[in-house]
Amino acid sequence: MENMIRIENLTFEYMHDEEGEEQVVLKNLNLEIKKGSFTAILGRNGSGKSTLAKNMNGLLLPTGGAVYVKNWNTSDQETIWDVRQAAGMVFQNPDNQLVSSIVEDDVAFGPENLGVDPEDIRKRVDKALSSVNMGKFRRKSPHMLSGGQKQRIAIAGVVAMKPECIIFDEATAMLDPKGREEIMYIVKELNEEGITVICITHFMDEAVQADRIIVLEQGEILLDGTPREVFAQEEVLIEANLELPLAVDLAGRLRKRGINVPEDIINVEGLVDYICRYK
Amino acid sequence: MSIQVKNLTHIYSPGMPDEQVALEDVSFSVADGEVVGVIGHTGSGKSTMLQHLNGLLKPSSGTIVVGDVDITEKGVAMREIRKRVGLVFQYPEYQLFEETVALDVAFGPKNLGLDEDEIEKRVRAAIKEVGLDYEKIKDRSPFELSGGQKRRVAIAGVIAMMPEVLILDEPTAGLDPGAHEEILKMIERIHENSGNIIIFVSHNMGDVARLSDKVLVMDDGHLVLSGTPTEVFSKKDELKAIGLSVPPVTNLMQQLHDRGLDIDPDKLNLDEAEEELVRYLQRTKIND
Repeated sequence: MENMIRIENLTFEYMHDEEGEEQVVLKNLNLEIKKGSFTAILGRNGSGKSTLAKNMNGLLLPTGGAVYVKNWNTSDQETIWDVRQAAGMVFQNPDNQLVSSIVEDDVAFGPENLGVDPEDIRKRVDKALSSVNMGKFRRKSPHMLSGGQKQRIAIAGVVAMKPECIIFDEATAMLDPKGREEIMYIVKELNEEGITVICITHFMDEAVQADRIIVLEQGEILLDGTPREVFAQEEVLIEANLELPLAVDLAGRLRKRGINVPEDIINVEGLVDYICRYK
Repeated sequence: MSIQVKNLTHIYSPGMPDEQVALEDVSFSVADGEVVGVIGHTGSGKSTMLQHLNGLLKPSSGTIVVGDVDITEKGVAMREIRKRVGLVFQYPEYQLFEETVALDVAFGPKNLGLDEDEIEKRVRAAIKEVGLDYEKIKDRSPFELSGGQKRRVAIAGVIAMMPEVLILDEPTAGLDPGAHEEILKMIERIHENSGNIIIFVSHNMGDVARLSDKVLVMDDGHLVLSGTPTEVFSKKDELKAIGLSVPPVTNLMQQLHDRGLDIDPDKLNLDEAEEELVRYLQRTKIND
């Protein structure tokens, strides 16, 4: 399958102001993200997750190696806007991403800047808002909305740019459980519609929904595989300040007690179905 | 030391077009040494309620008695309340500002007018209490620490005031699982060492079940449920109706129970769930 993003020997260093020391955040990283895939990126605070995400749409530029979005090199100034339109990003704090005092104006901000025809903007905004189930809020003021609703507006703003890929940089971290659920529902829907999704998260129950998980540690890829493969590496994960999803943890405990729970059970539904066979 | 909140009501902008009743007739009490978890979805009044407990907000009506002082009475010195009740805000690391960790933690005690020796003693103890190494960290800039460390330094700043009641607003939000676990252990340690009342807000039902003696459930400015974690989390449907959930492990057990299995759904942590499932599966297999 075609690549959405191709990362070749990516190195990223921050210059430390005072001592002039360089801090290497990403080391010689190689990665390909397939079109239409759903990838979760895990790693402790400071492992380089967010830096990697910002390198994926040219918000940060590599200090070594290269990042290609479709076939555009993110370091090429000529095509940076193509890159940003193809790969949109949703950030952590819902209060930092909204620019307008009316929801639909906010969603229109991106397409307006792309110079989209006003009639087309109208269509895009309506479609984007309905795709995040916020159509009836279009004339509201964003500050009257809950955190989860604000994040949905931020997502609509990205969707209205017609991106092929959306990068969620801990987009659910500041939300309550209901808000998180709303966002994950939308994320999965967008992915089913064909948008490539990259989710950076600390929540294992979100990662388990992806079809691929990448674990970063000190700027390098520690694990890369399907959720089943990655969550089989319990010790490696705990060493990396991560944890197991509930169902994986519980299934492992039951196995130790002599109950043969199949290895491919990684989510709650699977475990419930398995136990219900012993009715 | 105990806390009694009686008929607490708070109205934002009374008499104005944007008047909003944030809390209405909230009453509860906290016994000496209790750990209280407060849950409720965003906007339910949790933070507003907490801010009353250390006098940041004044109630529109009702009383709050902390120890033997009614802090809502006129003439009560705010400084005395703040000394007794320490409040750690959400994302407290955003409030770090000093050049070194030791200076940052010392800021509160300095404002209490304590002498140098006492301040140093307190700073040392507070940093140790949050699980950091005083000698290693005292001269470092708070801004070069990891997210979890920064948060613990910020909490140390409140602990150094030696409050008799510690309030934490979403103490684990945004941390990775490892740092999250360290904060939980820190809260358990602080409670073990001081034996004081701790009140915390969390969206993580697993944390609430693990730490709390008592759970308060807020919805739309009202206290709608309270009780032990087992009591509160057995009311799955009532919680769901106000946008809340039970701990993930309880949810799993309840699903099994609802599917007609002879399983006790009221398990709040993995150890309990493991035992219950082993009991069930072994017995069922023997019957096969």
